[in-house]
Amino acid sequence: MVAFYLIGAISSVILNKKDSICSYFSFFSAAAGALLGVIFSISVIFGETFYLALSQDSYLEFGFFVDKLSAFFILVISISVFAVSIFSTGYVKEYFGKKNIGRLGFLYNIFILSMIFVICANNAIMFLIVWELMSVISFFLVVYEHEKPETRKAGFIYIVMTHIGTGFILLSFMIFAGTSGSFSFETFNSAGLTMTPLLKDLAFIFAFIGFGAKAGIVPLHIWLPYAHPAAPSNVSALMSGVMIKTAIFMMIRISFDFLGASGSWWGYIVLAVGTISAILGILYAVVEPDIKRMLAFSSIENIGIILIGLGASMIFFASQKPIISAIAAIAALYHLLNHSVFKGLLFMGAGSIIYSTHTKNIEELGGIIKKMPLSAILILIGVLSISAMPPFSGFVSEWLTFQSLLLSFNLNNNFAIIMLSISAAFLALTGALAAYCFLKFFGMVFLALPRSEHARHAKEVNIPMLAGMGLFALLSILLGILPVYVLPVLDMIAASFIGTGAFGQSISVGTFWMISIPSSRGISISTPVLLAILLILMLIPAIILLINRRAQPIYETWGCGQPISTARNEYSANAFSKPVQMWFKSLYRPARETEATYSSPYLKESFRFESKIEQVFEQYLYNPIVDFVMIKSRKARLIQTGSIHAYLGYIFGILTILFMFIIAGGS
Amino acid sequence: MIAQIIFQIFIIIALAPLLSGIMKKVKAFFQIRKGPGILQPYYDILKFLQKDSVVSTNVSWIFHAAPIVSFAAVLAAGLLIPIYITQLSLGFAGDLIAVIYLFALARFFTALASLDAGSSFGGMGGSREMFIASLVEPALMLSIFAVALNVGSTNLGFISQTVSGLGFDAMSPYQILAFVALFIIAIAETGRIPVDNPATHLELTMIHEAMILEYSGKQLAIVELGAMIKQLLIFSLLANIFFPWGIATGGAGAAEYVLALLIFVIKIIIIGITMAVVETSTAKWRLFRLPELMSISLMLSFLAIVAVIIVKGG
Repeated sequence: MVAFYLIGAISSVILNKKDSICSYFSFFSAAAGALLGVIFSISVIFGETFYLALSQDSYLEFGFFVDKLSAFFILVISISVFAVSIFSTGYVKEYFGKKNIGRLGFLYNIFILSMIFVICANNAIMFLIVWELMSVISFFLVVYEHEKPETRKAGFIYIVMTHIGTGFILLSFMIFAGTSGSFSFETFNSAGLTMTPLLKDLAFIFAFIGFGAKAGIVPLHIWLPYAHPAAPSNVSALMSGVMIKTAIFMMIRISFDFLGASGSWWGYIVLAVGTISAILGILYAVVEPDIKRMLAFSSIENIGIILIGLGASMIFFASQKPIISAIAAIAALYHLLNHSVFKGLLFMGAGSIIYSTHTKNIEELGGIIKKMPLSAILILIGVLSISAMPPFSGFVSEWLTFQSLLLSFNLNNNFAIIMLSISAAFLALTGALAAYCFLKFFGMVFLALPRSEHARHAKEVNIPMLAGMGLFALLSILLGILPVYVLPVLDMIAASFIGTGAFGQSISVGTFWMISIPSSRGISISTPVLLAILLILMLIPAIILLINRRAQPIYETWGCGQPISTARNEYSANAFSKPVQMWFKSLYRPARETEATYSSPYLKESFRFESKIEQVFEQYLYNPIVDFVMIKSRKARLIQTGSIHAYLGYIFGILTILFMFIIAGGS
Repeated sequence: MIAQIIFQIFIIIALAPLLSGIMKKVKAFFQIRKGPGILQPYYDILKFLQKDSVVSTNVSWIFHAAPIVSFAAVLAAGLLIPIYITQLSLGFAGDLIAVIYLFALARFFTALASLDAGSSFGGMGGSREMFIASLVEPALMLSIFAVALNVGSTNLGFISQTVSGLGFDAMSPYQILAFVALFIIAIAETGRIPVDNPATHLELTMIHEAMILEYSGKQLAIVELGAMIKQLLIFSLLANIFFPWGIATGGAGAAEYVLALLIFVIKIIIIGITMAVVETSTAKWRLFRLPELMSISLMLSFLAIVAVIIVKGG
């Protein structure tokens, strides 16, 4: 597996000159590596823990460690990589002759490899090295189209935020290492048990902030809507689909495995942050005109939903209800898997739209369902999945999340019940707004008339791109209608870090592919049956339409008697999301500018309209911090004289102080 | 089992226009008009079925598929909701949350179709419909939580059976609070005043009508019937979650089924008349005042949850 990625990376450097051969070599070997990754991870999930020691040195032992939890994440990564790699062989044709394909292929393969190493690392030092490698490589991928100034800005924000995150991770690891005396994750495991509650709290908070920055939780999310859209679409699919999940992996690892999820209030923090991320993520997504940025904001929302599940799981775990805790964890893992599939699909879809129209502004698109009929169907499946429409995949995981929140009636803790209920209300709002957002996306991009020349000249994309999307569309449907085969596997994974599974006890599988929680109270769904009912019931209107068929004269759209069939009369995307913008005025702080010129007092000649929404977090949280740092650094510049004598003097001074420190400590 | 499913579909389709007709008649009564007969909705649908459908030049297959998908989604929800018996053959396939998501699926496709013709009205209607749906959803989910916390399940058959088993003891503060909250939601979901006006065709005020403006002929018949069915189903939810008394709980003879069906029809008509009275006694609200209405519903549901916790001594 590793070898294939390395072959992909090296061959793309060697074959740099031949664009097409180079892209086939690098992406097919990535796909082959992904296939092996799928096989390997499945074998670990159903078999034994895998351990490969690279160095047995007692001072710094490190190697690869893959248990069920890491195998699940490798599986998620590998599935995504496989589909995205196939898509990429078609998508990179866009860059032929313009950009260096070898560089893209090399970075792409190393990026995937670094993600897998992050999941497998068993030592804090090794982890930090590969984590940093992943961040830096993804930075290079973000700035792949570096000739655009906004891409460079995106890369800068990304690298700064990710390093702040790494700083916190380092702090958390140092707390562990301070207790265990070693950097091996194995010793962290036992260290978690012996630490004082205060240290545990600190270690958890630092890790949550550090990995939260990578996952894109609010308010550490600001890099995400810049970086993900700036990268090439195939890379955005991987970054949004799987890279941010590596942070979720470490959150589970640290809070459950290392710290035993012992802090009773941790779950509330995770739940609250998850809820806020979900709602703010989708609120920004609804009003966003750039389709890739919209998808990036929606990733923040989905990370929020995953964290709601995880937070609920931690609350139940701390209340000594491991079985219910496992259900919530299953919901979170299911949503994580689903999100990587449908978000990958939608990012590839956005890539296809950009590939054939060369614009990512939703206001310039429209009507391309007639030009790209196959892509439209595949993207519609992604849209239905992310909007949690039954019987697609998002529905199952959101249903599970709601049910796990509802299970709070098993707790004797009123605070928990109320918190979980409020979180459910926000989750419902998030779900409704997600449907709003993706309805707007599909309707404005694909339906009605083209709004610009770009959209008028759209063509269907090539077969590898359709194949990549098709694979994910198929998976979205399968994950939606066959959860009974997925849940037992997720249960094993949840059991590996919670200690007990929920299967057969509180969640069970019945006849007709039914999932029930708990079956005694009759709470159950069966998505295959729902699908069958829907298909059979569709026959009723279909038959009514078909028998005694009437003529269907084709005529212009109704415009109150005026001939208005031009794209200028269509409802615009901005107008479509306007009600939400009005509703949350205090959050968006919209500013608008209108300018009209008149040919006579009564007739407008032209009209210009511009509206902008404010990024509250950048404006009120980050800008003051940045200003403060800038002012302080300007003062600190005084010591930077530029003279080598002065620097030598500093070094001497520091060494002297250190020396005295050692002597003082020794005596 | 199959017979029960087919009979339930038949009952739903047959009763939905009647309910609509009765509500129109009641409204006409309060407006001191004679109004059309209560069978008028049936005649309307029959009339639409015999007309040609004019289709816009701009539309894609979504426009043709949407009425079919929406109709099927609403009717599928009808198979998960208890109408006159609690033992539903397909009750295992989905619970209350699934019902809500099926309604969402129907709404999603209708709104997609509204964008397809490229008319400003369609876009406006779709946008407002989705906006109202977003307002409704949190309040709806909280009231479901209140009910589920009380009964311990989200399975509709189970809820009806449990509540009807309790008799009049079920009339607790949290049930009443949750009922009022859900009643406000029902106003929004069925597109009634003060949220939407089903009788209007004035461009700036219509929501649901704006979405379906491009439909005509047979397609319109299906869309209209779907909307009537959705209204019937939402009223049945109200009736059978909060006042399920008289519903057949299974294991009884044919006479009990007939009686249960009659009681159901009476309950639905009472809710319909109440809704019509509410409609005639209020004016339509501005779109941007609706968040206030939904906040009321949200708060009531929240109070219902708190009441459950207090009463049940958490």
